[in-house]
Amino acid sequence: MGEVVLIGEKGLIGEVNRISVNRVFIQVYEDTSGLGYGEKVVALGRLLSAELGPGLLTQVYDGLQRPLEEIVKQADSFVKAGVRTRRLDHEKKWRFIPVDNPPNQVFGGEVIGKVEETKSLTHMILVPPNVRGNLVYLANEGDYTILDKIAEVKDSQGKVLDVKMAHEWPVKVPRPFREKLDPDEPLITGVRIIDFMFPIAKGGTAAIPGPFGSGKTMTLQQVSKQVDADVVIYVGCGERGNEMADLLEKYKSLIDMRSGRPLMERSIIIANTSNMPVAARESSIFLGITFAEYFRDMGYNVVLITDSTSRWAEALRELSSRMEELPGEEGFPAYLTSRLQSFYSRAGKVTTLNGRVGSLTIMGAVSPPGGDFSEPVTQKTLQTVKVFWALDSELAYRRHFPAINWLQSYSLYLENVAFWWELNVSEKWKILRENMLSILREEDELMQIVRLMGISALSDRERAVIEVSTLTREAFLKQSALDEKDAYSDPRKTIMIAEVIDYYREHLFEAVSNNIPLERALDPNINREILELKRLPLDKLIDAATQIKERIIGKFSELQRPVNAQYG
Amino acid sequence: MLSMAKPVKYRSIVAINGPLIIVDNVHGVKLNEIVEIDVDGETRLGQVIGVEGRAAVIQVMQGTAGISIGRSYVRFTGDTLRIPVSEEVFGRVLNSMGNAIDGGPDIFGEKFDVNGYPINPVTRSPPRDFIQTGISAIDGLSSLIRGQKLPVFSAYGLPHNTIVSQIVRQAKLLKKQESFAVVFLTLGASYEEADFFRVELERAHVLDRTVFILNLQSDSTIERIIAPRVALTIAEYLAFEKEYHVLVVMSDMSNYCEALREASLARGEIPGRRGYPGYMYTDLASIYERAGIVSGKNGSLTQMPILSMPDDDITHPIPDLTGYITEGQIVLDRSLHLSGIYPPMNVLASLSRLMKDGVGEGYTRKDHFEIYTRLLSAYAEGLRNKELSTILGEDALTAEERRYVKFSEVFERKFINQGAYEERSIDETLNLGLDVLSVLK
Repeated sequence: MGEVVLIGEKGLIGEVNRISVNRVFIQVYEDTSGLGYGEKVVALGRLLSAELGPGLLTQVYDGLQRPLEEIVKQADSFVKAGVRTRRLDHEKKWRFIPVDNPPNQVFGGEVIGKVEETKSLTHMILVPPNVRGNLVYLANEGDYTILDKIAEVKDSQGKVLDVKMAHEWPVKVPRPFREKLDPDEPLITGVRIIDFMFPIAKGGTAAIPGPFGSGKTMTLQQVSKQVDADVVIYVGCGERGNEMADLLEKYKSLIDMRSGRPLMERSIIIANTSNMPVAARESSIFLGITFAEYFRDMGYNVVLITDSTSRWAEALRELSSRMEELPGEEGFPAYLTSRLQSFYSRAGKVTTLNGRVGSLTIMGAVSPPGGDFSEPVTQKTLQTVKVFWALDSELAYRRHFPAINWLQSYSLYLENVAFWWELNVSEKWKILRENMLSILREEDELMQIVRLMGISALSDRERAVIEVSTLTREAFLKQSALDEKDAYSDPRKTIMIAEVIDYYREHLFEAVSNNIPLERALDPNINREILELKRLPLDKLIDAATQIKERIIGKFSELQRPVNAQYG
Repeated sequence: MLSMAKPVKYRSIVAINGPLIIVDNVHGVKLNEIVEIDVDGETRLGQVIGVEGRAAVIQVMQGTAGISIGRSYVRFTGDTLRIPVSEEVFGRVLNSMGNAIDGGPDIFGEKFDVNGYPINPVTRSPPRDFIQTGISAIDGLSSLIRGQKLPVFSAYGLPHNTIVSQIVRQAKLLKKQESFAVVFLTLGASYEEADFFRVELERAHVLDRTVFILNLQSDSTIERIIAPRVALTIAEYLAFEKEYHVLVVMSDMSNYCEALREASLARGEIPGRRGYPGYMYTDLASIYERAGIVSGKNGSLTQMPILSMPDDDITHPIPDLTGYITEGQIVLDRSLHLSGIYPPMNVLASLSRLMKDGVGEGYTRKDHFEIYTRLLSAYAEGLRNKELSTILGEDALTAEERRYVKFSEVFERKFINQGAYEERSIDETLNLGLDVLSVLK
């Protein structure tokens, strides 16, 4: 099972998918036009594997780890079946620096040296996970290709194994680690509604179901640009070609916020557009997660973004129906859930075999047909993941971006990350978040009344809720990915804006409960200033926030005076 | 038209089922290979769609009527479907297989596989620059960008044929020195429709930059499935070999999807949503994804597929799957049509995702995007107020709110509404936009 085969004269790549008496079923990862009865099939005796080593970063691969740039050189601008390329550069020399005190005994996953792969990331050279024994030789610092021997390990049977800078790993087999840890640190994306309201932990899993036109791709691109991770792997699975082209072009020109270096230096992109062979969608997903685990094993924080897992599920359905398997819900195979789980369960924060701490976070986009979240792929994904960012085309339609619906979304990591927020940002995070959400929930209920009976049916307090929630949406939740000043919101900035809004809310409510008419309590200047907060840099923000608070105190103490005098 | 025909003939047809025949005991048959079927002296074409052991499953182009077990025989050509293409296609009328049917000479040229190959994502250039359709609602608010695929979601009874004809007639580039071509494909059109389009094109004197491919209602299922591939092969040749900026208009893609469903069910495949095959997304992608720009080549391939939403339902699999692949959509609206607005375009539900990359300075006009934003938000505001006034009565609105209501009416009547033969340049469109915005002052 799972063995790789080459088919026909062109040597199309396939994988053994089912074995029955005297027969094997092969799933072909390339276009099968022109194949016929009696073609030669060569079994390669290995599972579908990735080649892991220096040279992965900055690459754009297809689902079979063929560098797309290399395909252009070999063929032309179109991807034809049977193109063979190397996966990593075998000629390029890398500066290998061995560890200072090499141990006598090594085991799989141990770091024996490093290579500065790009200016942004140091590539740790790992002993392949399945190798252990006495380290009998370790190369000196020098320039080596990934095929050169850099170490020799003598195993318990006395057999000497060569260790190179690159090794093979079967994509469907999770790479081993020492221990799974509790994900307790938030992954900061700079998107306020994500970080503040529905946070994801490092090592967590999130689903983003987006009906078409809901800005899913925009949101994912914004996140991948800004996320607080060492390595970002983006798998474009079965999506639009022009979108991929746009992503590639943008990505290549983007500068990493943290290092000031090109973003590509810490990224790998896997591009399998919707018109490329269907079977390769699955391999692109598993290739991506294998890369991600490999960098996790070096002790890095890795984010894997897959857009979209629905296309993978549809590929499974297509193949399943061709293999005449009994269909489950809506024609999807019964093993859809377990297949999704086998993918998402590879996320996590772990202690690696070499004792470092690394994390792998998965953000999977889902494309529900007709925007209906009750369909099987969305539901089965939700069964598996812990965070749900419900994109809403209704919001997108009203030009509210990111169009994440705050009433439908959730995060199950709140408790995990609360300590981090309290320690590093503000001890008020939990209460501010709760206040903001309850205002938004209340607004939703009130709007139903307004729709039926008009705004005049509301009491002053209820109208104050509407005022505050409108302000929250405009000043806090809306965040344009295209606005340079606001695309990234530091957690400190996020919490400051939330705090000012909450401060204003508190005073408005108090005024209203003291029977001050809402018209008098509202101050368009305060509204305007709060609205402008998000476009300020962090250092100016502190002053501005303090000023607004002073203005609020000033305004409200003035309002209270006549009332107090009356009763005083 | 097909070369390299192998001499071997098979009389071993063992089953006939709908558009499919099964031929047993065949040697060296290849998937997607083209076959010729002799039916009492008449030759029909078919394509191998499955090979199971020694048996080949063949889909017959012109239908299986008259084919008989034992009498008809099958010849395998050893070649997948390839059509000859050259610049001689301009001004010609072709059938679904790319053969001339206007009485003129046959098309000769290099042969290309109609299935094409996926464009390598790293050699794609993101779509840029503008194609003018002369229709204000499209040009101003959902602009068509070179290399984009922008479908029109219509419904039965809406005037999409008029709109299609207007686009095919009026489409042009703003930069005169670049060469422009239109490939126009009908899918499942009636004779009247085909004739309407032909006459329209002739009258407008645009045939010399147009390739007209006719797939008629009476054509077989498989011809309908092949027709878009033929059209796109011609378009790819013009765009990527001859560096034309090509606009492919295909109408009506719903008929294509029906054909796909029919073929799938005939093959006994397990149906997906509403009986459409589970691979319809992949199949549509193999058509729509042939739009784009290849870096280093000076041409582009833009697609405007038109489809009908059954029962006006935008979540129906055809518009839904299309919307997932294409970069936006233009949505036609029945209530606008009923109030006499042409084109009845719902500009709020319509969206061109790539618009920001192809309008503004250097492409259309500096203030284009700003006018677009102002028009849309004012119109949305106007419609909201209008809705309020129907519930609460007009008196409940403030003067300001009433101005927005007024704006939305003027906007529909003057900006969206235009004549079927009225061509507005982008300048005229934008000036008109500014003009209607002055209602708010």
